[in-house]
Amino acid sequence: MHALLANADFQNDPFLYVIAGIVVAFVLFMAFWFLIKAIREGKRLGLSTKKLKDAALSAAVFTIAPSIAVLLTVVTLAGSLGIPLPWVRLSVIGAITYEVPAAQAVADAMGGTLSSAASTPEGFTAIAWVMTLGIMLSVILIILFNKKIQGGMKILKSRDPKWMSILMSALFLGLISAFLSSALSGETTDRTQPNVTIPATTGSILVSVLTLITSAVVMAICGLLMKKFKWKWLENYAIPISMLFSMGMAIVYNMVLPAALFVAA
Amino acid sequence: MKQLRSYDESIHTEGRILTGIAAILILLVPVAISIYYDSWPSFGKLITPLLSVLAVYAPVALIEVATYAPMMGAGGSYIGFITGNISSLKLPCALATLEANKVDVSSDEGEVLSLLSISVSAIVTTLVVALGVLLLATTNIGEVLKNPVLGPAFDNLLAALFGALGVVYVSKNFKIALPPLILMILLFIVAPDLSVGVLIPIGAVFAVACARVMYKKGMLTKTVEKTEEAPVSEDPQE
Repeated sequence: MHALLANADFQNDPFLYVIAGIVVAFVLFMAFWFLIKAIREGKRLGLSTKKLKDAALSAAVFTIAPSIAVLLTVVTLAGSLGIPLPWVRLSVIGAITYEVPAAQAVADAMGGTLSSAASTPEGFTAIAWVMTLGIMLSVILIILFNKKIQGGMKILKSRDPKWMSILMSALFLGLISAFLSSALSGETTDRTQPNVTIPATTGSILVSVLTLITSAVVMAICGLLMKKFKWKWLENYAIPISMLFSMGMAIVYNMVLPAALFVAA
Repeated sequence: MKQLRSYDESIHTEGRILTGIAAILILLVPVAISIYYDSWPSFGKLITPLLSVLAVYAPVALIEVATYAPMMGAGGSYIGFITGNISSLKLPCALATLEANKVDVSSDEGEVLSLLSISVSAIVTTLVVALGVLLLATTNIGEVLKNPVLGPAFDNLLAALFGALGVVYVSKNFKIALPPLILMILLFIVAPDLSVGVLIPIGAVFAVACARVMYKKGMLTKTVEKTEEAPVSEDPQE
């Protein structure tokens, strides 16, 4: 077992892999269940096989780069928590922005670093409990209220379909605006330690801004190509192409910008 | 109509059951760990960190359910919430699919396409991470992934994602987009340390409020309406 991917041997016990594997397998089963359901209903509604295939393929392509980002978080958390616990935690509920603070909260309560807290079975177990309990609320709410929420949306649509459409756009645009602002914050992660963010520097903010602009430009170019040459196939892949290209350019911008810009103020 | 109602009913029945089972399995993880290591943290030891986590994430959970569930559709919400990474992955994925197919999530086709794309996204993420874990446990790939050269690419994933999405959505809904964008720029200048968990509800509420005012004043008459049922694909090649 690689020394860097565990804090203590017990964290990578095969038993933990088995538990994690069971949960992950069920989630995978659930996703396939709904996928098949969606395909069947889609065909019943008259959606062509081609349309369904294209939608599935583009969703898959879209997901690859962000999935590697999730894997990277498993890698960074593994240094303190071993592999199985971050694996299961990052495959279900929550997100990167939750798992690290939740684990850190336990470490703070125990008066040490995440690594020291997790190095004993007692601390490790406490971290597992808090990470799990802290995030269950959203799932409970969905089980209890999703039907009502969706029903409410249908009523809203039947009463005022124009406003319904505008409401959906406004919600997502509010979300995009918030993420645009946060994405430009320029904070980066120390990949050797999960709970350390490196504060923004002029350089890192510039890299973020340039990455965003690059992605927007590539997307706009794709849009023009689709219009001019009628490349319908591009529709499903324009976003992943824009993302991957601009992420690659982020590496270039980081190398090319003067080092002086990356010194903390 | 009868068929649709039964699909809708079955989505919620199966969604609740499967989500419930998944939730129980997820809860059994710390239980199993406690049994295996014979270590049961006392309530006193857990309550402080748990309360500090809940203080932040309970409101986030409420906001996320209220905001994301309508956007993901019925089925998409169940599989989306149980697998997580919604705002940075599942939701943009679903919306990109809806956009490419020119359907709204409130239409029958939109509900299905949203569920399809979120399910595929969940499958791919789960498989990529599982494969990665296998490689991590058996090879040196952890070292490769930690290479600092790759750092900027993944640190700027959200900038890359939202740059592309922004072009699509802002260009189509410029009037609706402008108020929250201006607000976020101001907040970025005035309070740059605000976390995204706080910015999202602020952005969403402000955007909706401004959109409502504009709508009432008749300023949004040219907004693309996708509320009619999207025409089913009539591709003659199929």
